Amino acid sequence: MSHIIDRRLNGKNKSAVNRERFLRRFKAQIKEAVSRAVKGRSITDIESGEKVSIPVKDISEPVFHHGQGGVREQVHPGNEEFIRGDRIARPQGGGGGGGGGKASQDGEGEDDFVFELSREEFLNVFFDDLALPNLIKTQLMGVEELKQVRAGYTNDGTPANISIVRSLRGALARRVAMAAPTLARLGEAEEDLDALLESDDESTQEVREQRKRIHLLREKLGSIPFIDPFDLRYNNRIQQPKPTSQAVMFCIMDVSGSMDEQKKDMAKRFFILLYLFLQRNYDKIEVVFIRHHTSAVEVNEEDFFHSRESGGTVVSSALNLMADIVKKRYSSSEWNIYAAQASDGDNWDSDSANCGRIMEEQLLPYCQYFAYIEITEGEPQNLWYEYLKVKERQRHFAMQKIRSASDIYPVFRELFKRQPANRA
Amino acid sequence: MTPISTGSEWTFDLIDEYDREIRKIAVDEFKLDVYPNQLEVITAEQMMDAYSSVGMPVNYHHWSFGKHFVSTEKSYKRGQMGLAYEIVINSSPCIAYLMEENSMTMQALVIAHAAYGHNSFFKGNYLFRAWTDASAIVDYLVFAKSYISKCEERYGIDAVEELLDSCHALMNYGVDRYKRPQKLSLAEEQARQEEREQYLQMQVNDLWRTIPRRDRDDANREPPRFPSEPQENLLYFIEKSAPLLEPWQRELVRIVRKVAQYFYPQRQTQVMNEGWATFWHYTILNRLYEKGLVTDGFMMEFLQSHTNVVYQPPVTARWYNGINPYALGFAMYQDIKRICENPTEEDKAWFPDLAGTDWRTSLEFAMKNFKDESFISQYLSPKLIREFRLFAIRDDDHEDKLEVSAIHDENGYRDIRSKLAEQYNLGSREPNIQVWSVNVRGDRSLTLRHTMHNRRPLDEGSAQEVLKHVGRLWGFDVRLESADSDGSITQRFEVKSNLELQRL
Repeated sequence: MSHIIDRRLNGKNKSAVNRERFLRRFKAQIKEAVSRAVKGRSITDIESGEKVSIPVKDISEPVFHHGQGGVREQVHPGNEEFIRGDRIARPQGGGGGGGGGKASQDGEGEDDFVFELSREEFLNVFFDDLALPNLIKTQLMGVEELKQVRAGYTNDGTPANISIVRSLRGALARRVAMAAPTLARLGEAEEDLDALLESDDESTQEVREQRKRIHLLREKLGSIPFIDPFDLRYNNRIQQPKPTSQAVMFCIMDVSGSMDEQKKDMAKRFFILLYLFLQRNYDKIEVVFIRHHTSAVEVNEEDFFHSRESGGTVVSSALNLMADIVKKRYSSSEWNIYAAQASDGDNWDSDSANCGRIMEEQLLPYCQYFAYIEITEGEPQNLWYEYLKVKERQRHFAMQKIRSASDIYPVFRELFKRQPANRA
Repeated sequence: MTPISTGSEWTFDLIDEYDREIRKIAVDEFKLDVYPNQLEVITAEQMMDAYSSVGMPVNYHHWSFGKHFVSTEKSYKRGQMGLAYEIVINSSPCIAYLMEENSMTMQALVIAHAAYGHNSFFKGNYLFRAWTDASAIVDYLVFAKSYISKCEERYGIDAVEELLDSCHALMNYGVDRYKRPQKLSLAEEQARQEEREQYLQMQVNDLWRTIPRRDRDDANREPPRFPSEPQENLLYFIEKSAPLLEPWQRELVRIVRKVAQYFYPQRQTQVMNEGWATFWHYTILNRLYEKGLVTDGFMMEFLQSHTNVVYQPPVTARWYNGINPYALGFAMYQDIKRICENPTEEDKAWFPDLAGTDWRTSLEFAMKNFKDESFISQYLSPKLIREFRLFAIRDDDHEDKLEVSAIHDENGYRDIRSKLAEQYNLGSREPNIQVWSVNVRGDRSLTLRHTMHNRRPLDEGSAQEVLKHVGRLWGFDVRLESADSDGSITQRFEVKSNLELQRL
């Protein structure tokens, strides 16, 4: 007799390991595809999978097979017009195949091998680049945070959750309720006994019986348990989505001539990381892009990354604009304000002191976090020293000099470290 | 008789009932000899998993399976392909997968096709009987998987992966074509594995110890040839003689070789195997219908799907992709049955031993004792050649035009038949490459030789790539020569052993 087995409940991801092996092997190509994707995407659209294509040449598993040439005879079905000895021109473009169903595998000039990375895989590669610690990765990739809240009491649970007050109160009520009829009868019986004893002329037989009844009633009362499993009440806790609120993120970038595409790309990763962080913690996020050279303007994302202007640099113009926007649109009681500033460190000498002042007086008091990166190979300039002073005094200000993408994470270290504490 | 079911929904009870009825027909009525059956209901995702591990319920991990999975998943999600309705594993019990998305009709079709058709083929055909051990394969793969993952822990994923890559490249050359392999058994395999490791290493050391002693007489004598005869099983040769492999690496080579050997019969019996299963699902389901156990609707759905499976597009069609093994195999078994029952004059002339015999016995004989190549050269009838309108095209690179060398006429039948048979001969489909010699006294280089057939050369790009893998396994220089029919060398490939290759 045949054996019928339902395997549907067995895991479906038997190939997960093989898939991971595959990704591992083509890490280089995948990384490249991801970084290309990061360049092409909007900051707010970082969290979806990505199509990756790998040249077939790299991915093929070679085996020995015949090449073109020599004598080959092949039998085909569906002859319509040929008779023996007919001669036909050789079809162009290979034709014939490699003798069997392998034609597609052996052919040349094929398309790339294309496949989709899932969202997790995509972010993993992205984070890898940024050298994020694992804890942070899971934090950023994780699904919505849940919070345990009290929700009354239940009849079952673990001993650790027993609510003593509730349980004892219930026990008391039960004892009162269960004892009441017996107590009433006991009272009656005692009265009767008293009456009997008073009258004195009755036989002792009756007194004895009455005493026995009283004794039984007392025993019955005594057998009512002080506490019963039935009385136990447990604190009930349920998972509730963590209440979230809104945040605004300011991206400030220097677009003067010295910021080339590569530096902008680095800056973009920096902004993306902050965005991902915010996305985990807030329901609604607005992003404000401010670019500046000698004067600052608010622009959309497209212009932010792709237009280029030349000229000097006055950083304070951007900080002033941000302060204005905050005042006008994001009063700090409703909004959590985060800011990320990227620059190559150029600034007018006289302006730097200005920047430090605006930062401390007008921005930092309202901001949750302000991160500054300087993308440069050279010596730090006066803006850097000015900001260093700010950093000494303010804990929620972070700055970092950046040479490669892996330098970005340290800027946010404080920010990511603080977070679990808030959450508890 | 009332039909077993009328709707298209399946339930476990219905599957059980259909299976029982099909079994009555297949085993009791038609006397098919089968392994015990195990029908497993799985989801589409699980089907994709099964696909990517070449259908085996367990297999070791390797990126190439992941690649397979990724591409299957991609085309399935886009709707470019449906999944196969069935996968069946040559094991005892014989495992057949039923996909949960299938309708009741399809489940019944799959049960008849896989659990009775393929199953009886696996049990009956001589190649499978000689080369595979159905009761041990799953156990062996369990052993292989755990052994390989132990190696990964000890030597790193990369080292194992590289080695497997190289072995996979030679997988088609890891089979014994004429020698019966030893029986596999999990317990034995584990018990003897360690012993074998030590022994093998000793043997190899011995082989390479021949270097110093050089007598006067020896100097002008030809050094003894090694190997003394050319070897067809490259992986076996590497396992036993490659100088630099560690014992665990030899064991891995052996595992790949065993798996290749297990699949070898399947590659040689595609037409026969699929044809046999198709013939039986067709016969069995029709019998169910005759008995009144299935409805007209059931038959319509079944026939539609059956017709798709056995459709042979003509060479002029855009989707023509060679001869459909289901179509050819099915037609041939049907034809054998016809010749047995209602032979024409032509059949009597061509198949005097077959015409008029009991079809069931003759069919069983045909299934048991042939492989695709011999099956076609034995049984392809003129009638089928006409029906398929088969014709042969000869492509000679010395001529500027193709020539139609035979068609479906009186003069062509025998030609067509032998040419088609030749087309299914694995030996001529795959380049014939053997171990030729090892320079034992000198630089230890290994030379492989490709013996050309019909002047067909090797594909140069892939040959060079595969040779790199050979070099990685061998550890010293490797060469590959293509020899013409008169023994002159026409192509040469060489891979120098260098640091990159030895980084194992």
